[in-house]
Amino acid sequence: MKERGEFLFEIGCEEIPAGLIPKACIELQQILEKHFIANGISIGAMRTWGTPRRLGASADAVLLRQPDQEKEILGPPKSVAFDNVGQPTRAAESFSEKQGMPLAKLYVVQTPRGEYLAAKQIVYGRDAKDILAEILPQAMRELSFPRSMYWTGKKGARFTRPVRWIVALLAGQIIKVEYEGIVAGDTTEGHRFLGKSKIRVTGRKDYEAKLRRNFVIVEPAERRKKIESEIHALTTKKRWRTHEDAALTEQVVYLNEYPSVIAGDFDPAYLDIPAEILITVMRDHQKYFAVEGRDGELEPHFLAVINLDRDRSGLVRAGHERVLRARLADAQFFWESDQKRRLGEYLEKLAHITFESRLGSYRDKTDRARDLARWISGQWFDSGIHGADVSAADRAAELAKCDLATGMVREFTELQGIVGGLYARAQGEDEEVSWAVYDQYKPVGVDDSIPRNLTGCALSLADKFDSLVACFAVGIIPSGSSDAFALRRAASGVVQILLERKLPLSLSAAISASSKGLAAHKPGIQVAPEMEKKVLEFVGERAKYLLREKQGFAYDEVNAAMAASADDLVDVRNRIVALKSIRHSKNFAPLAIAFKRIRKILEKAGPDGGEGGSVKAELFCEEAEKQLHREALVLAERAAAHKRGGRYKEALESISELRPTVDRFFDDVMVMDEDVAVRKNRLALLAGLLREFSTIADFSEMVAEEK
Amino acid sequence: MAKRAKASNVAKRKPSSIARTTKPAGPTFQQLILQLQTYWSKRGCVLQQPYDVEVGAGTMHPETFFRVLGPLPYRVVYIQPSRRPADGRYGENPNRLYKHTQLQVILKPPPADVQNIYLDSLRAIGIDLRHHDIRFEEDNWESPTLGAWGVGWQVLLDGLEITQFTYFQQAGGLDLDPVSCELTYGLERIAAFLQNVDSVFKLRWSDDVSYGDIRLAEEQQFSAYSFEWADAVRTREMFDLCEREAKAILGTKGTHAETGIKRKAPILAAYDFCLKCSHLFNVLDSRGAISTTERAALIGRVRALCCRVAAEYCAMNGWNEAAQTVGSLPQATAQVRR
Repeated sequence: MKERGEFLFEIGCEEIPAGLIPKACIELQQILEKHFIANGISIGAMRTWGTPRRLGASADAVLLRQPDQEKEILGPPKSVAFDNVGQPTRAAESFSEKQGMPLAKLYVVQTPRGEYLAAKQIVYGRDAKDILAEILPQAMRELSFPRSMYWTGKKGARFTRPVRWIVALLAGQIIKVEYEGIVAGDTTEGHRFLGKSKIRVTGRKDYEAKLRRNFVIVEPAERRKKIESEIHALTTKKRWRTHEDAALTEQVVYLNEYPSVIAGDFDPAYLDIPAEILITVMRDHQKYFAVEGRDGELEPHFLAVINLDRDRSGLVRAGHERVLRARLADAQFFWESDQKRRLGEYLEKLAHITFESRLGSYRDKTDRARDLARWISGQWFDSGIHGADVSAADRAAELAKCDLATGMVREFTELQGIVGGLYARAQGEDEEVSWAVYDQYKPVGVDDSIPRNLTGCALSLADKFDSLVACFAVGIIPSGSSDAFALRRAASGVVQILLERKLPLSLSAAISASSKGLAAHKPGIQVAPEMEKKVLEFVGERAKYLLREKQGFAYDEVNAAMAASADDLVDVRNRIVALKSIRHSKNFAPLAIAFKRIRKILEKAGPDGGEGGSVKAELFCEEAEKQLHREALVLAERAAAHKRGGRYKEALESISELRPTVDRFFDDVMVMDEDVAVRKNRLALLAGLLREFSTIADFSEMVAEEK
Repeated sequence: MAKRAKASNVAKRKPSSIARTTKPAGPTFQQLILQLQTYWSKRGCVLQQPYDVEVGAGTMHPETFFRVLGPLPYRVVYIQPSRRPADGRYGENPNRLYKHTQLQVILKPPPADVQNIYLDSLRAIGIDLRHHDIRFEEDNWESPTLGAWGVGWQVLLDGLEITQFTYFQQAGGLDLDPVSCELTYGLERIAAFLQNVDSVFKLRWSDDVSYGDIRLAEEQQFSAYSFEWADAVRTREMFDLCEREAKAILGTKGTHAETGIKRKAPILAAYDFCLKCSHLFNVLDSRGAISTTERAALIGRVRALCCRVAAEYCAMNGWNEAAQTVGSLPQATAQVRR
């Protein structure tokens, strides 16, 4: 008999939501592997796959029988099992009976608790088929979905959609699985309309081949390839291009069992509607790929992925064209009817759209954002940043949310901001303002770009700071996976804008300005200082994350710089760059260690150490401490001058020059002197040193590197 | 080889179907209704009639709302004209209507091959599924006013949404056991597709009367009413009155709240007033008369009534277990569709 065999498993399901399939495949694999391992069955290579109607798994070399296992069973202690002449007692005899083993086969074993009588039993392995019959229904119960349902009754199983058939084979034989009244078998289902029903399969290869003949491509990667190559063929033939759209491709891969690409047309008259809107209608609502010509202009065509081998009679194309026509007619209707009023006239309607019940309407948010946008632009204007325009920022903030009341955004919510920007531009609003409105939600992820102009940056920051502070003020604080107002994204957005465009801004001042807005306008609440601090920390955490993960700085560099001060992120970044450039220099690393030592000494000395005390030169006894005091004064002044000029590297270099003196101090001076006055003076010297030289970065955060 | 021969037959048939220009394509609107009603009544459905109170969706018909509660199996099909005041476009938009016609099917409990039975209904109205791109795309349904939600799909025909297919999990705030399958066909869309017209008003209702002939005036007048004429103060008063009537009937422990009559409360009558509240809410909404905070509050008031009606209905029928297991609406972001 063969030792190993192939395992094939398919859960046949009513259409699984496309977005859930990739994760379900990964999870199915993890769960099955876990169970195989727990049962001591090795399986060779496992793979999983998914289509809208099935989740599948196979393993090429599953051990058909669980290996036998030797198991040592402890009986009574030796002292109880044998009397003083070494004869077995009743206890030993009854253990031998219980184990069904003669006394001669028992033995004594040494354990941490002493010597015990023991028996070696063999646990015979079970057939993998029997174990699988238990594992598989269990695995199906363990698969988790964001929203599951029951269909056989409230006490029945839960799954993403009703399960309708199961294929479960081991070495070509059916595994006896039962789940919700379904008995697993060796037949699968082909494509809903093109394939056969009840197709018998014997193994993975047979399964794949037969399903292919029945218009199901089980491997997602292969479906993706088919879609991509057909798109390529259609576009090159007609000299078109499609936008790279990985998300849309991913969707259509999991929406179809047998994807084919067809091309369709729409009336070129619709090209008068802005491309952003056309693309959204096609992509988000119909899942079509938009097509552009070589000049980058949109063409009046689209590519649709259909779940058929081909469009037999041209009816599918005609149908899709019809639907798109109606959608585009809608979009055109909104484009025209919305613009019967000017964008600004929608402002009053915002009073009817809630931002959050305790925080008022978008009308109220607009008032707050205007104040804040003006304040931010004003800060930049005062710092002499070219192009800072307070009145443009105010106007952009005034118009920013107006599109929420338009028909277009109510229909195509994902176009918020963009529609406002397009209307503003079409109505002759200043370029600076209309692009700012257009970009106000940017960046929408860590890889997205920031608003293209300065007013857009001011507006986006104002909107995000207001959301952050307002939500925190009423207790909406992101935790775990719950972040309904996308505050993490807002905080990341703040960091991205400031860092990428190198814009100076005091985070704490911006947060206070946001609080002022919440008090001056609706909802008229006072934000507690602790809450402001929490917002600051929240943004700080995002900054740390992005500096590490996106900008590639080491975590100790980021921590050291931010521990010194974290209020202006551009300044933080400059200090990190300086720190990074100097950390490997010959003086710096030992100095960092010395600083860590200083911190430890001060911590150990406790509150009546050097903190707060002033240094008295007359109390110095050793030359080394006098020298340190002297040099520290000189270098601190030099470093401070560099720092004022923003020359952080030079400042750090100046500080590094202190290294030999610090070393000498630790060699020659015993800080914890018996004389209290001397000791306190020395601690004060060190505390001052730490304070003075930690304004660029807290060196004690630096981790020494192995060379 | 056989497959290829078949395919070329289809290709040959194509010119003839285009040549049929004298006879217009597809069934008339009324034929479509008859075909679907016949199809489903042959599959064990009671053929019911539309409800005579304004509703926003077929789900609100008592034949759905009450029948899905409790343990008794049921199958029903009916037409339900559904009013959505905010969707009115004065008859000027080719695809949007103040009132559209739903065909609603409830299968309780759903048979295991329910999807195939549904697909056969499409074949029955003349759709060749091998020549069209049919798909089931995720669409989880939720009705905040009815305290109901379910899991399912929108069924797309060449990209056109033609049916909402839902496995109800909860109604009136109660977990359902067994679950029901609800199929809601959008008849105007399907008819426009079958007749190949670009505007629902051009649909042939019968051989010689168009949809527009019959319904255009209604669209114009009710759009005008909901957007311009409805008096917000009076509508609100009507809402309050209906709510009070429903509450009075529900009373406390079988006692009429105002008259003190101690008899089995007529729950069905109370439900009618819930429906009226729901419609009046929609009128107020289309009139733009509902402020931000009020909106959620009003929906909550209607839902509270519906949930009480459902609980009382179960209690009255002795389905106490169902009435006790009050579930909660899921937190996940379901799209509010109806």
